[in-house]
Amino acid sequence: MVKIKFIEHSGQEHDVETNPGASVMVAAVSNGVPGIDADCGGACSCATCHVYVDQEWLERTGEINPTEEAMLSLSTDRKDNSRLSCQIQVTEDLDGLVVTMPEFQF
Amino acid sequence: MTDASADQSKWSMVGKDPWTMPIEKIDLSHPGIWQANEFLPFMERLRLEDPVHYCAESAVGPYWSITKYKDIMQVDTSPEIFSSEPTIGIVDTYDEYTLPSFISMDPPKHDEQRRIAQPVVAPANLKRLEHLIRQRVCNILDELPLETEFDWVKEVSIELTTQMLATLFDFPFESRHKLTFWSDAATAIPGAGVVSSNEERWAAMEECLQVFTGLWNERVNAEPGNDLVSMLAHGEATQNMPPMEYLGNIILLIVGGNDTTRNSISGGVLALNENPAEYDKLRADRSIIPNMVSEIIRWQTPLAYMRRTALVDTELGGKQIKAGDKVVMWYASGNRDSEVIDRADEFLIDRDKARQHLSFGFGLHRCMGNRLAEMQLRILWEEIMQRFDMVEVVGQPERVYSSFVKGYTHLPVRLHGLS
Repeated sequence: MVKIKFIEHSGQEHDVETNPGASVMVAAVSNGVPGIDADCGGACSCATCHVYVDQEWLERTGEINPTEEAMLSLSTDRKDNSRLSCQIQVTEDLDGLVVTMPEFQF
Repeated sequence: MTDASADQSKWSMVGKDPWTMPIEKIDLSHPGIWQANEFLPFMERLRLEDPVHYCAESAVGPYWSITKYKDIMQVDTSPEIFSSEPTIGIVDTYDEYTLPSFISMDPPKHDEQRRIAQPVVAPANLKRLEHLIRQRVCNILDELPLETEFDWVKEVSIELTTQMLATLFDFPFESRHKLTFWSDAATAIPGAGVVSSNEERWAAMEECLQVFTGLWNERVNAEPGNDLVSMLAHGEATQNMPPMEYLGNIILLIVGGNDTTRNSISGGVLALNENPAEYDKLRADRSIIPNMVSEIIRWQTPLAYMRRTALVDTELGGKQIKAGDKVVMWYASGNRDSEVIDRADEFLIDRDKARQHLSFGFGLHRCMGNRLAEMQLRILWEEIMQRFDMVEVVGQPERVYSSFVKGYTHLPVRLHGLS
């Protein structure tokens, strides 16, 4: 099992354990973590599963592909550590991952 | 039911049997079946028998109909294959009547212009507006008569969305009804009621440009504000836009914020009346409202389609689509696709994954005002439930003559107070 910590904009923390293979978005939604809407269901086409990846984990979450970059670039809350959580694959390597949610998903 | 005889065009499919007519003759683009509320079985047959369907002859020329959820998703998220230029309407526009705006642009220009307008409808700004929106909703609802028949479309749906637009543009409040007229004129089919000719439509657009140029001049010399006109006038990618492009973007924002939410406001009332068990669920638990709002937006699908144009030869659903072909994504059909949406033909206000509908589109062109729309509907229903036991539909709704704007011109209702 891989442990992921989701931190809401308010600071409220949610610790989740999940199997490798699914996406970070699925890990959040299937464990009832609030603050991830995932309107498109994981197709990288709505930007409502936006998270900020803790700096020390950023590199290990992989490259941003052009589609994800295009969706993120339209977000009003884009930061340099922004990712769409549906595009981050959960691997053993991400055990202990920490991500923070923006105030709003849009 | 609307009088089908009003639609005498040779292209009309009103009254035809969707299950026995030659499938290649099915033409979803003609407004008749939309006004007559007969479109559902035609879409159902296409989903079952020919989900990527070519209509070779229609009043608007040949075009492809995309009717399944997953195919629509694929087209919507492939802007490098399916372009939003030159227009997202099924009718090819002519140069003299073309209004450029970012809904009908591809990257990178689309992205640059959208980024300027987006903050005004982003949640951070909406949070500031919530109190004002609620106040205006309350004012409208408190003026309505109990136990008396009136038109919900005129008194609530139009009034509320018009007030909201005036707020977002910081438009003179007392002249706000002009916004509704310009919005209706922009999407109207000449001769169908709002305007009688393209010239008349254009005159309305010119008036709109004139008034908004006045607002631009006023705000460009003032400190940057939080309204849309000020944002465009001060935004780097928009401050030098030519007049027609300014008008195009203003019309886009007016239509986007007007027709759509208006018709979801009316459609929600109708859907709850047609599904009394759902109205009971709502009375029993008001915390269901945010989920119900998404379900209303799916059920209504206030814009029935968006059109793309193929940039290259490509294949979709086993069909060969050629460069230059018109490709129409029927959101109204994808939203009833039971392969993706469980019990898709039922209106269920507590359904699981209610947000995963197609009404806002997906990809780069996903509806910019989706959070504003949801917020307006949520506040409206919260306040309705504070005041009325039932908004009862007491006569037949009348629908818009359009295959694009899916909505209502008239919805007679009677209000019953809380007992």
